[in-house]
Amino acid sequence: MKHIGIFALATAVALTLSSGVATAADPIKIGAIVSKSGPASFLGEPQDVTLRHYVKKINDAGGLLGRPLELVLYDDATDANVARTFASRLVDSDKVVAVIGPSTTGVTLAIAPVFEDAKIPMISLAAGVEIVDPVRAYVFKTPHTDRMVCRKIAVDMKARNFKRVALLNGTDGAGKTLRSECLVIFKSVGLEISADESFNPNDSDMTPQLTKIKNLPGVDALLIGGFGQALAVVTRNYGQLSIKTPMYQAHGAASQTYIKLSGKASEGVRVTSPLLVIVDKLPDSDPLKAGALEYAKTMRAITGAEASTFGGYSYDALMLIVNAIRKANSADPKAIRDALEVTRGFAGVTGVFNMSKDNHLGIDESSFYMVDIRDGGWKLAQ
Amino acid sequence: MSEFLQFILAGMTVGAIYSVVALGFTMVFNASGVVNFAQGEFVMLGGMLTVYGMALGMPYSVAALFAVVATSLISVALYDFAIRPARGAPVYALIIITVGASILIRGLTKIAFGTGPRDLPPLLGDEPVRVAGAVILPQSMLVIASTLAIYLCLWLLLQKTLLGHAVVASANNRMAAQMVGIDVDVMTRFSFSLSAAIGAFSGILISPITLVSYDMGTMLALKGFAAAILGGMGSPLGAILGGVLVGLSEAMSAGYLSSQYKDATAFVIIILVLFVFPNGLVGKSGHERV
Repeated sequence: MKHIGIFALATAVALTLSSGVATAADPIKIGAIVSKSGPASFLGEPQDVTLRHYVKKINDAGGLLGRPLELVLYDDATDANVARTFASRLVDSDKVVAVIGPSTTGVTLAIAPVFEDAKIPMISLAAGVEIVDPVRAYVFKTPHTDRMVCRKIAVDMKARNFKRVALLNGTDGAGKTLRSECLVIFKSVGLEISADESFNPNDSDMTPQLTKIKNLPGVDALLIGGFGQALAVVTRNYGQLSIKTPMYQAHGAASQTYIKLSGKASEGVRVTSPLLVIVDKLPDSDPLKAGALEYAKTMRAITGAEASTFGGYSYDALMLIVNAIRKANSADPKAIRDALEVTRGFAGVTGVFNMSKDNHLGIDESSFYMVDIRDGGWKLAQ
Repeated sequence: MSEFLQFILAGMTVGAIYSVVALGFTMVFNASGVVNFAQGEFVMLGGMLTVYGMALGMPYSVAALFAVVATSLISVALYDFAIRPARGAPVYALIIITVGASILIRGLTKIAFGTGPRDLPPLLGDEPVRVAGAVILPQSMLVIASTLAIYLCLWLLLQKTLLGHAVVASANNRMAAQMVGIDVDVMTRFSFSLSAAIGAFSGILISPITLVSYDMGTMLALKGFAAAILGGMGSPLGAILGGVLVGLSEAMSAGYLSSQYKDATAFVIIILVLFVFPNGLVGKSGHERV
């Protein structure tokens, strides 16, 4: 009897051990937290669609390192507390090897420490420069930062010899960060801030703010920041008051919906735009064109709408992780992190990624364009 | 001067929108003592269902009618399935129910129509009208005019018709109204559907200006509620005055002070007014003499 007992114990131990060791068919678990609902759902929805589609596509093609990918995706409802719970779950019970998301800067900053402590690499899909500055060992991101947007706009304004700028920003996260970044950068290049006004994302009329700006003497340009329908409402009011001062919008407005909702008032508005929006206008020699066109086509086939640049961020994040796993030939979180950090010349749909120890974003302003709205479509500026 | 006029016009437009939401609050409050926080969602549904109807190929007018009727039915359903069964519950519980209903409507709308903002074509063209250096959209004038028209119709209904008297009677004293043969349930249902119809109708009118998205109701309910409190909860005239005052104070502070303090200014004014008139500008005292 005693022998049988020992034998049973040994078998149990052996079984436990073997289940802990990855067999060839064990899936590689990749976590994702996106804002599929809540105020930032316009970010999270395309990201959700993108991730699900491409993980399936990779699996159909045989997976990675001979193992299938498993996507563990949670919707944080644009709420940092909810995201925090899911972050712990991804680390403790799902035991993922890498994480994509979250969609917004605020939520990213709230949960980044969780993955930093657990030593699991995460690639945020949010714009805030503070996500990767200062650099944290396990935290990366794919979208251009607001600082880049402001620098791009500042350069353009200087080139047009503008001196005085009026700011009108939403009180939402996107408007606030753009405002704080642009204030610093505009001042540093010698642009004068004539007005610094704001609006609520749900406001229905911005004519008081615009009238005030219109009546200021010598304003050369107007910069609007924020997201959603408010941008279209501002543009309409701008048209109604027949303001002639050139208007700049950040990439929140870089969508066909914005043009459609703003109507003819949007004619001539200059927008900083990620590549996806104007991909068909780029020369065929552009190294990013083929990939971005393919992504845009795939998304249009799935959703029936134009591809969202926000979805593009998640595409890049997923492909960066896939690339890192291949390069490292391992699905170990530390190995993935190390491989991510040495990513060089990786062509995504947002830009070419060149990561380094001090740069966990990897893309620069060259994959970012100034475009004008002309006849209800996009046109590269100049 | 033209600047001042522009702020007035902007304030009036926004104020008219708040007023009509406040009117909806007033109707339901008078009929049931409940502050219906789903009122903002009715406005949203008006715009959203019209967009949906037109996407199905209905003409503008049919789609608008469809939206108004559907929203009224949803409101009656809210009363019959959520408010009426809980009638014995304290008022705050009923208010929580309406908050729940608003979240439900918002969620369902999001699932059904998505999160993107939608647009309706303006009824009177989109060429702004110039008045002494200021501009106003024809659609804005339409919103202001129809808010006044809605108020007048409501006043006539409640003061001059038998139906109106029955509604007022049921609101004042349920028991007594029942004893003189008024079907109190029908009257409450009527108030719920009328408030929703008003909300939906104004939603259709404001959508060409503000655009319509699934989450616009929250802000409207908040501002409309503030307007109703400012004017005096339960008074239709108060709803109109309150809405216009909130709208004007927002536009004036955005124009002359700073848009950063726009909402704060509006709420400070409300608090100050309530110090002087605790029941709102034209509200009646809550205590009744026996």
